[in-house]
Amino acid sequence: MSTAEITRAEYCVAACADIFTGAGEIMASPMATNPLIGARLARLTTEPDLLITDGEALILADTPAVGKVGAIEGWMPFRKVFDVVASGRRHVVMGANQIDRYGNQNLSAFGPLQQPTRQMFGVRGAPGNTINHPTSYWVGNHTKRVFCEQVDIVAGVGFDKVDERNPAYDDLNIHRVVTNLGVFDFGGPGHTMRALSLHPGVTAEQVAENTGFPISDLDSAPVTAAPTDEQLRLIREVLDPKSLRDREVRS
Amino acid sequence: MAAKTDKTSSLDDVVAELRDGMTIGIGGWGSRRKPMALVRAIARSDVKDLTVVTYGGADLGLLCAAGKVKRAYYGFVSLDAAPFYDPWFAKARTSGAIEAREMDEGMVKCGLEAAAARLPFLPIRAGLGSAVTEFWGDELKTIESPYPDADGRTQTLIAMPALKLDAAFVHLDLADAHGNAAYTGVDPYFDDLYLAAAERRYVEADQIVSTEELVSSVERERLIVNRMNVDRVVHAPNGAHFTFAGGYGRDNAFLKHYAASAADDESWTAFRTRFLDVDEATYQNEVTKWQAEQEEAK
Repeated sequence: MSTAEITRAEYCVAACADIFTGAGEIMASPMATNPLIGARLARLTTEPDLLITDGEALILADTPAVGKVGAIEGWMPFRKVFDVVASGRRHVVMGANQIDRYGNQNLSAFGPLQQPTRQMFGVRGAPGNTINHPTSYWVGNHTKRVFCEQVDIVAGVGFDKVDERNPAYDDLNIHRVVTNLGVFDFGGPGHTMRALSLHPGVTAEQVAENTGFPISDLDSAPVTAAPTDEQLRLIREVLDPKSLRDREVRS
Repeated sequence: MAAKTDKTSSLDDVVAELRDGMTIGIGGWGSRRKPMALVRAIARSDVKDLTVVTYGGADLGLLCAAGKVKRAYYGFVSLDAAPFYDPWFAKARTSGAIEAREMDEGMVKCGLEAAAARLPFLPIRAGLGSAVTEFWGDELKTIESPYPDADGRTQTLIAMPALKLDAAFVHLDLADAHGNAAYTGVDPYFDDLYLAAAERRYVEADQIVSTEELVSSVERERLIVNRMNVDRVVHAPNGAHFTFAGGYGRDNAFLKHYAASAADDESWTAFRTRFLDVDEATYQNEVTKWQAEQEEAK
């Protein structure tokens, strides 16, 4: 397979798999298609001990294609998920309607808190996820509207909220942000967003134009690593034969 | 020998026990196993100014549509299928019609656990640093741990107040007349916890069977509700419609119809007249007819 044939979505899936590098025996909770394929790809390659679920209450023993279920190895109803959250043995990849440069995330509503202009889901598990265990974000459409100067409502907690005198904040870890344009973390000055890599064909200018705040290391960011032949085979033949990944990210 | 109390009741019996201004908890999760027959009965009653505690879906949406909600305590409101956002909850929020006490999902569980254990609060890390504290204003306090960490620092945590419920409503797949009940799906959600946190406890069930049949038809681990925590049992076949329950799936077509009907006064009046201003038996009949109409239109 030549690099030219690799789609943008496949770069995204490989980058989502890399989110879990080193995660070990924890519960992976990806909330959208690309990170879901990514978590399963990580389990089939670097992280065989990851726990993955069917999106409902069953822990999967196998690593089936997206949308498929197979043998199970356990039971994880919603009530137990909150115990896992509190234990820290989880890494979630959430979506976001807004993210700021410190990693604050909003999926609650736009506008004023008690009378918003647009209502979304509410804060969901974001406050508890971010304060308890590693949290990453997946954004399929990287725009200024999402990557904004200030989020309207802080659902997921960002690094500027950390009170170092209070050990309850010690586990806050906004690990990574993967978008259709590149891969980012919060290793910039004062825990601000930094570019780790840009996908092939994406320019620093393009990212800057689509982001409402400065991103560190944008000009020096390398090109996102291509998925290996083995990763491509697993993505295409095993995990996502129907190419659902391409519906989330077009090339 | 005296017999155990028969708690079977009608939807009207239950609604007659409700009062304006009550705090009610609704079991299930999003669009999963919601006690919709009870929700519909409350929506068409005269009760008003309710405070609702829920992992929300169309339960909260319908009560907002009916103008019953004064305040809502929730971690999210989701229909779980397209169009995902509940239109009536959105209208209530964007018009400022309800007071929102939004919180982390884990905080809902924590508050119910505190109420069930008769504790004023339980400590939790979730909520720190987030907008939850703004949503709650002065109502949400923090608590400093009496035990310092090994490094000498002290944890300050959210003191999640008990979510004490005047009444709780849940949908179980199977119950007996005394209030023992079981779920048959994959997840018990938080239904037993809602009941444990409430003064008055109401179960609607698709099937009401003898105790012998109940315990012989499911594995014992599925008997998540026992009669000690139940005051009334309502027979409500297909009562969780259009949400998922153990014996039937979510009715996505009807869910879309519900959401689309909220678009304007005319379509909502049509929906309300046909499906909400009617008793439960009529509702179920109309849903069956509506489903047949959809089939014919294909």
